[in-house]
Amino acid sequence: MKMFEIKNLKASLEDEDKQILKGMNLKIGAGEVHAIMGPNGSGKSTMSYVASGKGGYVVDEGEVLLDGVDLLDMEPDERAAAGLFLAFQYPVEIPGVGNMTFLRTAVNSQRKMRGEEELNAAQFLKIVREKAKSLKVDADMLKRPVNVGFSGGEKKRNEILQMAMLEPKMCILDETDSGLDVDAMKLVSEGVNALRDGKRSFLVITHYQRLLDHIVPDVVHIMADGRIIKSGGPELALEVENNGYEGLMNEVA
Amino acid sequence: MGETKKTNPTETLLAQHSAPRKGADWAETLRNAARARVLGMGAATRRDEYWRYTNPAALNSAESPDVLILQLDETPVFDGVEKLLVTFVDGVYAPELSDDLSGENLEISMLGDALGTDIHWANDVFGKLEAAGQNPVPRPFAALNSALAGQGVVIRATGKVSKPVALRYCRENTTSDALIHHVIRVESGADLTVLENGAGASRLNTVMEVDVADGGSFHHLRAQGRDHTRLATTAIFARLGNESRFKSFTLTVNGRLTRNEVVIDIIGDNTKASVAGACLGDGDFLHDDTIFITHDAVNCESRQVFKKVLKNGATGVFQGKILVKPDAQKTDGYQISQGLLLDEDSNFLAKPELEIYADDVACSHGSTCGAVDENSLFYLMSRGVPRVQAQNMMILAFLDEAIQEIDDDFLAEDIRSRLQGWTERHSS
Repeated sequence: MKMFEIKNLKASLEDEDKQILKGMNLKIGAGEVHAIMGPNGSGKSTMSYVASGKGGYVVDEGEVLLDGVDLLDMEPDERAAAGLFLAFQYPVEIPGVGNMTFLRTAVNSQRKMRGEEELNAAQFLKIVREKAKSLKVDADMLKRPVNVGFSGGEKKRNEILQMAMLEPKMCILDETDSGLDVDAMKLVSEGVNALRDGKRSFLVITHYQRLLDHIVPDVVHIMADGRIIKSGGPELALEVENNGYEGLMNEVA
Repeated sequence: MGETKKTNPTETLLAQHSAPRKGADWAETLRNAARARVLGMGAATRRDEYWRYTNPAALNSAESPDVLILQLDETPVFDGVEKLLVTFVDGVYAPELSDDLSGENLEISMLGDALGTDIHWANDVFGKLEAAGQNPVPRPFAALNSALAGQGVVIRATGKVSKPVALRYCRENTTSDALIHHVIRVESGADLTVLENGAGASRLNTVMEVDVADGGSFHHLRAQGRDHTRLATTAIFARLGNESRFKSFTLTVNGRLTRNEVVIDIIGDNTKASVAGACLGDGDFLHDDTIFITHDAVNCESRQVFKKVLKNGATGVFQGKILVKPDAQKTDGYQISQGLLLDEDSNFLAKPELEIYADDVACSHGSTCGAVDENSLFYLMSRGVPRVQAQNMMILAFLDEAIQEIDDDFLAEDIRSRLQGWTERHSS
């Protein structure tokens, strides 16, 4: 049994009769880093939303397993407590909810669901300060409402800070590099790499090989039309960078 | 054939209350004028433009409803605040439950006493600000109050008043029908905070007339509705001088029928006024904020910030008007009213109005109504926050813009904790 498995996943949009995922299969072992690349509309983000439980999608068939437990019957918060984390492509701005309050509520909700003791204010503050520092998240960002007025880079760093605080088993990063300049990408990648401990697994969704220079994957998958069409080593990402998806897709077809 | 006798609704209204203790001539003259106003304008009906959304029948009827009194073991709001407490039980001043009526920079007396003597400044405020606020929109319950109220406080602040005056309204009688009328003068450079809370009566009608002189500051915080089955109609009439400040915030948690009117006349230059409310209603609930702010001076700012969270068929009403007179240049008027509907049965009815006769003004108004944002909810849940808690966080976030209108951090926190209490009690 692999840590994370997607088995023959078929999913459609709730509002229209349109299947996006058409029998997707994926296995990620503990401590592994996988990357998914693929043309626009191939279903990469849909896969991340269906796995984490966003509304608006209907699962037609298949399973998403974390440590052998099917996540699909769970609420999004239960999936999070089970150890799944999605770093959003577009982190949501929530006016009126303080970033720090949000983080603490999230951490303690998960601990409570897992039957662990909740962190008190002092314990929490100590941990958050430590982790925020390495991600260059300053005190002001922690005080402000969640993602409100954050730059693109700040939003992504905030995502990684949440990941660091929540210590998930399985992290899906949905186009974490989008909207980042070179320095910000480096900072975010360092944050991710710091969380690689040989047990935690990652699935990195990206359009660009560049991110994979920083977060070096064990396996690269190419996704098209709702399923994985080809898998290989890091060199596959280079091939996409040089030749585009068209050549690959023709080759498979 | 039996004779059918048609009852006159205006007479029914005036017959709700017996005549108060007689005051001095000047006071009786003003009361009689108020009585004439009631007769002139008649009782409120749903045909009136400003009663279209709220049925005044229960407020007009001869009898107040017989409703149970809510017994609570929670700490009352504003409990932790150092204050000068004035208690009314079923609309009657209760000295044994009140503090001594004295304080630094403060003159305070009971309405019944004050109207029997010659307090020259009150002569210019009592019934006068209410009368001025009857045009162009008639407010019969306020006129009724001026005509027949015998209870209330008369306050004059002559400097910075260190402790807020806390008006607490208790209920002991299940059918009490109370009129309370406060008259307040904030002198030049003075600073006064007034707190109000409690159901006060089975049917409570309050009027507060506030005259703020040049450079004066008045802060008002009110919590209402916790005793759900009572009826309340309130009106605040304020007249604001040069460089004065006026802030009023109302927290409403529940309440079968609540009508809050605020009428502000800005007559002095460089003045700032803010009226805000955060309201939470579940089920058989109607809450109505009807605001009228007149700018009649240069370079003044006014804000109206109203947020209502509604569920299980609750109704929220907002009628807010900004009137900018021809010479009120450089007016900055802001108005926002928003309803957050937690289900499809609830209603938010809003009528924002701007009437502007000056050309160099900035007035903005916005009114929205919607459900909890699904994307935000998913974002919070994806981090492990359970749905109910996530929704409660969103509710508190939604209300926060109104809470931010409160200057005092301690009071703002008290209000936030009440809101949180409501969300926890009403989660389902």
